Amino acid sequence: MNKQEVFDKLNEVFRDVFDDEDITVTENTTASDIEDWDSLEHINLIVAVERSFGIKFTMGETTGLKNVGEMADKILEHLG
Amino acid sequence: MQELEYPFDADLIIRKKKALKRRLLEREGVNYITKKIAILGGSTTNDIKLMLELFLLNNGIKPEFYESEYNKYYEDAMFGNEELDAFAPDICFIHTTTRNILEYPGVQMTGKQIDALLTETYSKFEACWKALSGRYSCTVIQNNFEMPYYRLLGNSDSTDPRGRLNFINRLNLMFAEYANANETFFINDINYISAEYGIKKWADPSDWYRYKYALSVVCIPDFAYNLARIIKAIYGKNKKAFALDMDNTLWGGIVGDDGPENIKIGHEDAESELFTEFQQYIKAHKDLGVLLTVASKNDEENALAGLARPDSTLKQDDFLVIKANWDNKDRNIAQTAKELNIGSDSFVFVDDNPAERALVSNQVPGISVPEVGAPETYIETLDRSGFFEVTHLSGDDIKRGDMYKANIERSKSSQSFENYDDYLKSLDMHAQIKPFAPMYMSRIAELTNKSNQFNLTTKRCSQAEIENIAQDPRYITRYGKLEDKFGDNGVVAVMFGHEEDSTEGVIFHIDLWLMSCRVLKRGMEYAMMDEVIAECKKRGISKIKGYYYPTAKNKMVKDFYAAQGYELLREDANGNAEWGLDLALEHVSGNTAIEVN
Repeated sequence: MNKQEVFDKLNEVFRDVFDDEDITVTENTTASDIEDWDSLEHINLIVAVERSFGIKFTMGETTGLKNVGEMADKILEHLG
Repeated sequence: MQELEYPFDADLIIRKKKALKRRLLEREGVNYITKKIAILGGSTTNDIKLMLELFLLNNGIKPEFYESEYNKYYEDAMFGNEELDAFAPDICFIHTTTRNILEYPGVQMTGKQIDALLTETYSKFEACWKALSGRYSCTVIQNNFEMPYYRLLGNSDSTDPRGRLNFINRLNLMFAEYANANETFFINDINYISAEYGIKKWADPSDWYRYKYALSVVCIPDFAYNLARIIKAIYGKNKKAFALDMDNTLWGGIVGDDGPENIKIGHEDAESELFTEFQQYIKAHKDLGVLLTVASKNDEENALAGLARPDSTLKQDDFLVIKANWDNKDRNIAQTAKELNIGSDSFVFVDDNPAERALVSNQVPGISVPEVGAPETYIETLDRSGFFEVTHLSGDDIKRGDMYKANIERSKSSQSFENYDDYLKSLDMHAQIKPFAPMYMSRIAELTNKSNQFNLTTKRCSQAEIENIAQDPRYITRYGKLEDKFGDNGVVAVMFGHEEDSTEGVIFHIDLWLMSCRVLKRGMEYAMMDEVIAECKKRGISKIKGYYYPTAKNKMVKDFYAAQGYELLREDANGNAEWGLDLALEHVSGNTAIEVN
């Protein structure tokens, strides 16, 4: 899977989790760009991302993510 | 909604929970009941609330929630707070897990010290339950404890009193004893469902340390489904009957083609044994009060020949209705529902054929049609679905099949009478009409939540509320139990109301009046009214007021008070009506055939 494919899939997950078809995530998207993305919703988002890519972030990885770009990089690392 | 029926895709539910909620609320024609649920957590509960909401909405229950602050279950339960008091919960759910056990036995402790620790740990919980039900008259649901995810003493952890597992098992037994002794207290058995899910996955410590979820976020849908089963059962949303296909459902093979001697049932080979276990599972439901019926595409003769095999666990006699013909199954189920006088939405249809399932599920609104899969997953799917979740197992449940059988005989015998009154007299009916009594409280509460048609005000009550009303001297309560020559119908009628002082003297307001449809047109409502009037006169009451609030389902009782000789006092544009009966006037009883008390 290349980075673009990761972003395509991430986009689907974000749209489902926030129930908003208008969301398009980019490298620089952060929680402040999406209205419902609070700390509780973040948990669901991480779980949904993990399950749809079939990966599991380590505890350290999920706490330090700065934006969606970093999330995509971590996903690519896990997918190896 | 299929996405929320077992076996569901938990990942999909987590990911699409917002869209699912939207779609649930967009459904038309759902008569929701609203219930207030306080979640008192010992860990994070946000997703538990969201998932529980989905499964309750799917069962026709619209929840309102109160959520305690993080890990404030003990403080909220013991002392309440303004917000919780104002919320006035119908249900308090205490979400605690092994993470909330503050002290476990140490390996240096003596048996005596461990016993003391056990009592201390247990007492803290019991105090919470008592405080909650005392303060709010609510139902309490409490998690028991899941097994710990590591075993310091290895295999001895379960046997040695110093082991955590041993300690938890003992606590769980004490919780169970309390549940058995208290009818408005229920255990959410996470000990079982965590094991079923896999303790290793359930107790993922990373979700605990990151988010303070005491169970892994991915298993919250399973957890919430199990919890919703209890709540919907308390509020009368269980199913009542099985409609069962036969060929490749109750036995292997097709009896019409293969012949009864060649179908797979009994103990001769693996497939036969598999179907035998399934038949045993179905038959065991009879004792829970679940009604068994057949909807099979077959010549009746062949269907009965299948059941007549000596090694068939299920016999013809186990079924109240057998529809074995070539009509469409949705029609057969509708007909069966009519004969049993229950809604077709209270059936669970079991069929191995996906085309039949699709047809029935599309044609019969509200019916449950589980995706049962291959024969080896039939039991698992039905069992995990929890269609018939048991909250209380009463004598009535155990006899229910007989009652319905008696009803079918009654309706046959009524056809041989020309005069309906003669028929009623021939039934030899005896009623017991008395104030609410402890042994019937759960049945009474169940009826207030289940009865829709013969129900004047559709007031829903928890058992705790019923118990309070029964003790209040300003209330008059009556249950009616009816027996006839075909059998005992159990408690079938419920009435309660309250006195009010006024310038015209004491007025009695009827808050609730309902009757089970299984005793329609027997005169039971008149026998009840006679008793209510007699009690009112004894108390020096001068006037009775009755109310009719129309719903989508209770049209049949629109003229109930008119038939009882009441006078219409007022009626608004929506049909809400108030009726009055002056007790100074002569009242003519409508009861002709029931002998009372």
